[in-house]
Amino acid sequence: MELNQPLLDDKGNGIRKKRGKKKCSIETYLYLIPALTIFFLFTYLPFFRTIYRSFFLTDNRGIERVFVGFQNYTDLLTSSSFQNSLIVTFQYVAIVLILGMGFGFLTALLCNRTFPGIRLFSTVYAMPMAVASSGIAMVFSILLNQRIGALNQILGTNISWLADPRWALISVAVLTGWLNSGINFLYFSAGLSNVDESLYESASVDCANTWNQFLYITLPGLKHISFYILVINVISAFQSFGQIRILTSGGPGESTNVIVHDIYRNAFVNFRFGLASAESVILFIIVGILTVFMFRTQRKEN
Amino acid sequence: MAAQVEETRPFILDDEQASLIRRQEIKKKVQKAGLLGINTVVMLVVLFPLLYAVSMSLKSPGEVYSSTFRLLPESLQLSNYADAFAVAPLGQYIANSFIVASLITVGQLVSGALAAFSFQFLESKGKEIIFALVLATLMVPGEATIVSNYLQIGQWGWLDSYRALIVPFLTSATTIFLFRQFYKSFPIALYESAKMDGCSNIRFIFQILLPLSKPAIGAVSVNAFINAWNMYMWPLLVSGSDRYRTVQIGVSMMNSVDSQSVVLMLAGVVIVLIPSLFIFIIGQKSLVKGLFAGSVKG
Repeated sequence: MELNQPLLDDKGNGIRKKRGKKKCSIETYLYLIPALTIFFLFTYLPFFRTIYRSFFLTDNRGIERVFVGFQNYTDLLTSSSFQNSLIVTFQYVAIVLILGMGFGFLTALLCNRTFPGIRLFSTVYAMPMAVASSGIAMVFSILLNQRIGALNQILGTNISWLADPRWALISVAVLTGWLNSGINFLYFSAGLSNVDESLYESASVDCANTWNQFLYITLPGLKHISFYILVINVISAFQSFGQIRILTSGGPGESTNVIVHDIYRNAFVNFRFGLASAESVILFIIVGILTVFMFRTQRKEN
Repeated sequence: MAAQVEETRPFILDDEQASLIRRQEIKKKVQKAGLLGINTVVMLVVLFPLLYAVSMSLKSPGEVYSSTFRLLPESLQLSNYADAFAVAPLGQYIANSFIVASLITVGQLVSGALAAFSFQFLESKGKEIIFALVLATLMVPGEATIVSNYLQIGQWGWLDSYRALIVPFLTSATTIFLFRQFYKSFPIALYESAKMDGCSNIRFIFQILLPLSKPAIGAVSVNAFINAWNMYMWPLLVSGSDRYRTVQIGVSMMNSVDSQSVVLMLAGVVIVLIPSLFIFIIGQKSLVKGLFAGSVKG
């Protein structure tokens, strides 16, 4: 760093720019080293290792033993268990989306106009984003308990929410929707506050009623951000793990065995690391495509 | 316009106008009251799982098994909380989580502030390509590399240690992105004049840039701490003993320790939830500002 001193004190711009660039470039990279080292060791390296491993049969310590080409992939794609996992994941994501975004949107609408106490309400609506998925999953395991849980007691039903294959996936998805509703509330609120105020004014001059204002001003104004929120929600729903492991462990049967949970099971219960790696690659492809979509819409926004 | 203003007569409302205005005001008040009412109901729905957890954690074990629903406990069993600490080494878990989350937060702040400084203020070849590579890490979900990371850390002999819990998270693309976005609004003239005065880059960062970046630091800290505190899958895999177990894993294991003591488990859950909620409530404002400085601009 000392090396730079004389050059920088020099006020001749031309000289500084020409020679400064060369000197600076080493320093530029110095500041990047901490971040890039971590990214290299814990994202890039494992990422390529995962792809590499997905072409091998591994021993139970994860060391590549036999090269099998695409066999892990063909095994996966033809196995009914993985197909089920994909279907379950898509169903799960769909329910999470509808609930999480619906609730986030509703709460954002409710806080769109000011009223006394709005700050308390918006804090509460955003709060689920700070709640740990594992912690709240344990609360839900009691709440949904067939015998002592509040839900059956309040509804007067006798459903085993987590042990009945028809309800288990919905139950877990409701919990995830609740968790996501916090950040969705913030995003929708930001979107609503960006809708041009003057449009509402001219609309009320033209005597458009609230419903029409909502339909023709609010909704179109939220088009871009809604797509962005959608993608973020899909990505985060694909990554759910804690709540599923705690509430259902993928069961009953395999009715809540979403992809990430299946990766966990293949790798750390069955010790089939090659297969789990192939599965990870498929997860990456899905999430990667979605992220590219997200960046694109974000660029449009700006 | 000017002529009109001069002609304005003293403004007197006739009865009809006054009643119209009054009706408008009443309408507004009713609307506000309605909004308040609906919001209260929705808020209770959102809060219900949390309130339920607090209430159950204060009930006596016998009361939990009653078949009718009552939100409020008959008598407050504060001893549940003390018992929870006796059943599991919760103190150790909490300390572990605090160490892990704090160090991750500091690490992300430092590595993020430095990297973003380089991206925003310094010139170099391939800077934008490197920045794209940083953002590309957002495309790789942690769950997709978790198997390789686990095996790698096992090979290094890092399993069951603070290193394993902390080091992989010492930087994040989101943090770098937020910092860079914030620096973009920083007057470049200030940087140039500091350099003229012979201020080194590192001094500029720590004495000028960071003290002026409090909003970004606030947002990043809240975000990083909450995420680190709430981590589940990675600590589940790499922490095998009580010595290094984080509180999320520790409390979720109370699930199996003693199936009778639902109350103790929920007391544990409440203890786990408090720090992240507390930090969220104090840091909410800066978090929201920071999150939306970069991502959503209309």
